[in-house]
Amino acid sequence: MLSVLITLWYTFLHLFHRKVTVSYPDEMPYLAPRYRGRIVLTRDPDGEERCVSCYLCAVACPVDCISLQKAEEAGRWYPEFFRINFSRCIFCGFCEEACPTYAIQLTPDFEMSEYNRQNLVYEKQDLLISGTGKYPDYSFYRVSGLAIPGKDKGEAELEREAIDTRSLLP
Amino acid sequence: MNHSNEIAIGFSNIVFGLVFLMVAASLLTWIERRLLGFWQDRYGPNRAGPFGVLQVVADGIKLLFKQDWIPPFADRTVFVIAPAIAMITVMLAFAVIPVTPAIGIIGNLNVGLLYFLAMSSLGVYAVVLAGWSSNNKYALLGGMRAAAQMVSYEVFMGLSLVGVVMLAGSYNLTVIVHSQRHLWYVVPQFIGFSVFLLGGLAETHRLPFDLPEGENELGAGFHTEYSGMKFGMFFIGEYIGIILISALTTVLFLGGWYGPILPPFLWFALKTGVLVAFFVLLRAALPRPRYDQFMAFGWKLMLPLTLINILATGALMLCWSTS
Repeated sequence: MLSVLITLWYTFLHLFHRKVTVSYPDEMPYLAPRYRGRIVLTRDPDGEERCVSCYLCAVACPVDCISLQKAEEAGRWYPEFFRINFSRCIFCGFCEEACPTYAIQLTPDFEMSEYNRQNLVYEKQDLLISGTGKYPDYSFYRVSGLAIPGKDKGEAELEREAIDTRSLLP
Repeated sequence: MNHSNEIAIGFSNIVFGLVFLMVAASLLTWIERRLLGFWQDRYGPNRAGPFGVLQVVADGIKLLFKQDWIPPFADRTVFVIAPAIAMITVMLAFAVIPVTPAIGIIGNLNVGLLYFLAMSSLGVYAVVLAGWSSNNKYALLGGMRAAAQMVSYEVFMGLSLVGVVMLAGSYNLTVIVHSQRHLWYVVPQFIGFSVFLLGGLAETHRLPFDLPEGENELGAGFHTEYSGMKFGMFFIGEYIGIILISALTTVLFLGGWYGPILPPFLWFALKTGVLVAFFVLLRAALPRPRYDQFMAFGWKLMLPLTLINILATGALMLCWSTS
């Protein structure tokens, strides 16, 4: 019986506690930088698209909401189209983890409701942002050994000079 | 000389009382949700209108426009009558509550207390008939539980009031309030007060004693099959029941309208309001007991307690009068 009274008293004291509710539209909740929200495609520091159309995100996606088509231009691969169906997306972040070039990233933004379901299919121009996202200095073509116009093999950052495998000289 | 005038006043009293009760009961749904929110560290409904008061209107509109469905397997007549009984009995019981000497419908009825007990006993029919006519296992179980619960708690709810009646020497609620001018009966009759509160809680089948509608066991208990405004009537009936029990506790144990400085009506409203808030606090704080625990608690603890209370009151009164 006493425990009941104590319970009543403690419950009553909660009247003066701080509320845990965040009244959302009036007051924005804090979202961690690594929050898994709206997916974006980032650019490298030079302003070029980071995505190299490796399809790994589309493979990793458990709900198959990503579709893209590879295209090639002067040694660089890029997606001809890149489409994410956000009405299917479960925001698991597997695509971000699968991405070898930090191109696809999840952002702390979840306010993407639509009246029309079709509008939830985001095309490349909707996904592409002008910044670098979470990795400001990373540029795939600068660190990879791939030869592109203006950068030959062995000229990438931290890369040793290319070895001529056909030469017999030591 | 002014017979028709008197009737007109009585009639307007009744209409005003009914409207006031309905408004208070529907406001209570909002108050309860707000208070529950506060006690659970959240806000409760606060978006519609100032502080969310208009939530009441929104809920009312929603309930009115819900499909009012009667299951084909239900006993149609009884199914329709049951929610009406739920509301009528609690509202009728209000007639004998003397809010102030001036406000009240038949506050001077010489069997006021018995009338209240009779009405609250009739309230059992609403729940039992609802459960029975729904022709649904869960509803029937809820109705049966309600019958057992209300009938047994009625016993010591009535007995707990005997002490008050002995002290006041009357069943007339106005007289009972008058006799509390110097000392509220909550002091000499504290056991009676607690038992009456718990009995009232069981009578209104409110949490934590809402076994007839225990959601995790019985779906929604006796009103499983009810929808729309019929459900709304059970709902409003329950809330009026809370106000009724609180008002009656005020009248019987907390000195009714008596109190310094403030006008009598405000005192009455204040006391009733505090009790209503206490009912909500009970809901917020306590879990529902198991059914057998609940019945055992009633028959093995409350009943002996009330009987001892009556005995002690009688003995003390006898000593007082002889010395």
